[in-house]
Amino acid sequence: MSANAGNKRPLSPHLQVYRPQITSILSITHRATGVVNMFGLMVLALWLITAATSNEAFASMQWLMGSFVGVAAMIVWSWTIFYHLCNGVRHLVWDTGHGLDVAQVTRSGILVLVISSTLTLVAWISAAVI
Amino acid sequence: MRDYRTPTARVRGLGSAHEGTGHWINQRVSAVAMVPLVLWFVGSIIFHLGDDRAAIMAWLQNPLVAILLTLGMVASFYHARLGIQVVVEDYIHNTAAKVVSLLVVQLLLLALGVGSVFAVWKMALA
Repeated sequence: MSANAGNKRPLSPHLQVYRPQITSILSITHRATGVVNMFGLMVLALWLITAATSNEAFASMQWLMGSFVGVAAMIVWSWTIFYHLCNGVRHLVWDTGHGLDVAQVTRSGILVLVISSTLTLVAWISAAVI
Repeated sequence: MRDYRTPTARVRGLGSAHEGTGHWINQRVSAVAMVPLVLWFVGSIIFHLGDDRAAIMAWLQNPLVAILLTLGMVASFYHARLGIQVVVEDYIHNTAAKVVSLLVVQLLLLALGVGSVFAVWKMALA
C-alpha cells in the first residue's frame, strides 16, 4: 500500500474497472451483513438489559421495536442474519478444501441467496401465523 | 541522517504479531458454535414476539434457555469483536483513528456483552 502511494499507480483490485461478479458481490455482502448484524446484536443486548431493568425501560424498548423503524430493522436483520449464517457455512466448507471450483463457487453462491431468502420468508410467515 | 541500525532491527516489531492464525481459528470456532445457537434463537424469538415482560422472564427462568442464550451472546459478541477488528484494520489507515476506533468498538462490545449476560442471569434467577 504505502510503497505504491507515492507513484500514483492504481491499487489492486482496481475497483473502478472491476466487473462485478457473483463471487465478489457475495464476498463484500458477507462483510456488510456482518457489520449490520453487529448493530442488531447491540440492539438485542439493549433489549435484554431493558427487560432486566424495569417495566418502563422495557416498554420504551418495545415501543421502539414495534415502530415502523423497528419493524423495518428487524426485517433487514432477519435476512442479514440468515445470509451471513448461510454464507458463513459456505466459508467453513471452503476451509475444508471442498467446493472451490469456479462452477461450484457460483452454484453455492446462488444456493446461499435462495436458502437465506427462503429462511427469511419462512421466519416471517411463521411469525405471522403463530 | 545516518542510521547505524540493521534493516532487521528497524522493522522488528512493525510487522506481523504472529497472532493471525489464532484470530482466524477463533473466528471459525465461534462461527461453528453460532450456527445452532442462532437458529435456535431466531426460532425462539418468533414464538415470543408478542410476549410481555413477565412472559419473557418466565421463558428465561428455564435453565436451558438461560444457558443457551448466555452461550449465544458470548459467542456472538466474541465473533463480532473479531470481525469488526478486521474491518476497522482494513479501512481505517490513520494510526490514531484506527487505534481509537478499535478501542471504542471493542470496549463497547465487551460492555454490552457483559451487560446482556448479566441481564439474562438476573431475570433467570429472579
